[in-house]
Amino acid sequence: MTGFTLVRRIAARPSIVFEALTTADGIAAWWGPDDLPVVSAEIDPRVGGAYRVHFPSQGGGDHEAVGEILEIDPPSRLVMTYSYSFGGEPAEAGRVSRIEIDLKPVTGGVELTFTHTGLADAVSMASHTRGWTGAFDKLVRKFGEIAG
Amino acid sequence: MVNHQTADLDRVFSALVDPTRRAILARLEVEDSLSIGALAEPFAIKLPAVMKHLDVLGHAGLITRSKHGRTVDVRLAPQPLREAVDWLARYERFWSPALDRLVAYAEAEEARAAEETGE
Repeated sequence: MTGFTLVRRIAARPSIVFEALTTADGIAAWWGPDDLPVVSAEIDPRVGGAYRVHFPSQGGGDHEAVGEILEIDPPSRLVMTYSYSFGGEPAEAGRVSRIEIDLKPVTGGVELTFTHTGLADAVSMASHTRGWTGAFDKLVRKFGEIAG
Repeated sequence: MVNHQTADLDRVFSALVDPTRRAILARLEVEDSLSIGALAEPFAIKLPAVMKHLDVLGHAGLITRSKHGRTVDVRLAPQPLREAVDWLARYERFWSPALDRLVAYAEAEEARAAEETGE
């Protein structure tokens, strides 16, 4: 567990969900931590292509997420790097993490699996190990409960 | 300027990357406190190797060691792990509402596309 995974079921065909992920208009419609509108979004949806999303956050924050498309396989898989050109949290300065999005057709729509990994340099370097055991997950759950 | 918080988190995560160290932490979670000898017992590695792992865990602030006579007791120090979990949770709090909006947007687009094609 070098990051976390979120899963959503969406009552839409995979191509529509994939467009929402890989077009500027699509990204502008949902990106960001709250309901404030995205300032601008750009994406060049091909391997090696760049994306850039400028978005505000409540309390006057101003952020720009940038990255490179590492894999794009419409309408089922998107992998990209993630970092901030400005804004973000101080602890993230200079960090490059990784986002993987997989779409799987299910009855009535699609299941989206969103994984954000490489959230610490050390973990990112050791990500080939991927050997997070049940023991660690248990610890995380335990302390997550305490922290929550 | 060195970001101390980030450096601390890196130490915690890199300490957690190793399966032996995670196993040590998992045991300390249930045992409260263990001597180094007792900790080393289930592992197929020599005591000096265990000591090295304990140094890494100690450096990351994940354990505390205290001397009692001739034995050293090791205890879990949960705070750095809590901080690491909080840090991950911040990202989760960032993406979770965004994905909820993505669901709403894609479903509205789907409804529109279905209407256009008369499906």
